[in-house]
Amino acid sequence: MTQQITVGFDQKIESRDLIVTRLDAAVDWCRKNSVWPMPMGLACCAIELMAVGASRFDIARFGAEVMRFSPRQSDLMIVAGTCVYKMAGVVKRVWDQMAEPKWCIAMGACASTGGMYRSYAVVQGVDRFLPVDVYISGCPPRPEALLEGLMALQRKIQQETTVKNMKRSDQRGGLYDRPQGPIIVRGEYAPKMVNGDR
Amino acid sequence: MTNHQSPVTNLPGRLGEPVEFRGEVTVTVARDKILEACRYLKGQCGFDMLTDIAGVDNYGDDPRYAVVYHVYSLTHRCMVRLKVAVPEDDMLVDSVVPVWRTADWHEREVFDMFGIRFRNHPNLKRILMWDGYPYHPLRKDFPLAGRETELPETAVNAGKVEPAPMLGGPFVTTPGAGTAVRREPRQADTAAERTEKKGAS
Repeated sequence: MTQQITVGFDQKIESRDLIVTRLDAAVDWCRKNSVWPMPMGLACCAIELMAVGASRFDIARFGAEVMRFSPRQSDLMIVAGTCVYKMAGVVKRVWDQMAEPKWCIAMGACASTGGMYRSYAVVQGVDRFLPVDVYISGCPPRPEALLEGLMALQRKIQQETTVKNMKRSDQRGGLYDRPQGPIIVRGEYAPKMVNGDR
Repeated sequence: MTNHQSPVTNLPGRLGEPVEFRGEVTVTVARDKILEACRYLKGQCGFDMLTDIAGVDNYGDDPRYAVVYHVYSLTHRCMVRLKVAVPEDDMLVDSVVPVWRTADWHEREVFDMFGIRFRNHPNLKRILMWDGYPYHPLRKDFPLAGRETELPETAVNAGKVEPAPMLGGPFVTTPGAGTAVRREPRQADTAAERTEKKGAS
């Protein structure tokens, strides 16, 4: 039984083990589904971060369950909590030790803006010294909000054009320039888990 | 006189007159007598636990500062408060580390926050702020927002300390004014910055 297939798909070469795609799309697809977080837990948001790692919310569904406590092995820094100036140098140093490509989520009000700590001791948002990709509001954000942030980051990673940038002669903007600006996730409106399950 | 007050009310005259207010006993001690008083309280009266040492800035008063000790007796189950006045021009108090070793960090905190120094302290350096921070932030004349400061050498790549935006209050946010993203005070700051820049250019 033979059947002609006429869509943009050559059965002779593509039917078995071959898929044609852009290299960037394939690389981004790999990257976005294996984001290894660096849990920079500085305050109470870290408790929610732990909940996200546990079985009920299960960040493993998004390929990001491998919390690495070494910056050398991690791709995503989740700044969870209040960053005081005394800690800022440490956070920055850990960030600098992470290998590119790397991303950053500012989890919660404190990490995003200093939150309710409007004082001499607290950095008014970690974006003063880190390039934040996703801000998540909430004090603390619900675990679903962090998952929403992670998914937003995955959508963002999918749009990156690292390979294209490598081929670009002038290297303007660097290899890992971001395709879009920071994303704000509204933690207080994050969808709750269904089935009335909280 | 109830039983739990007895060790305090039996204090000799050299410690000053105990003042009782709402069941709490306060003894004001001369600055050069504090170590002796603490030795006496621990050795003779059984006040074996130092709960806390606090600094006080009575800005505008003379003497401006005070150091307050809360001591507890586990045997008598009662508490006494010692107060030492510290004038602005000679901010030095004897350390009570030889009496209660826990005083070490408490005194470091008072030093860090108020700049009151403690004589014969084994390791008098900052405990909350970093070494080299030029101010004592709990003084009344220090603004809550902080002052522009350099970070320590190991952290310069994290920028520097900038005063926090205050917008007319210690914390101002309007309930019910749109989403959290919109009513966050820094939103107004950046808006103000933008108009400033527009005006300048």
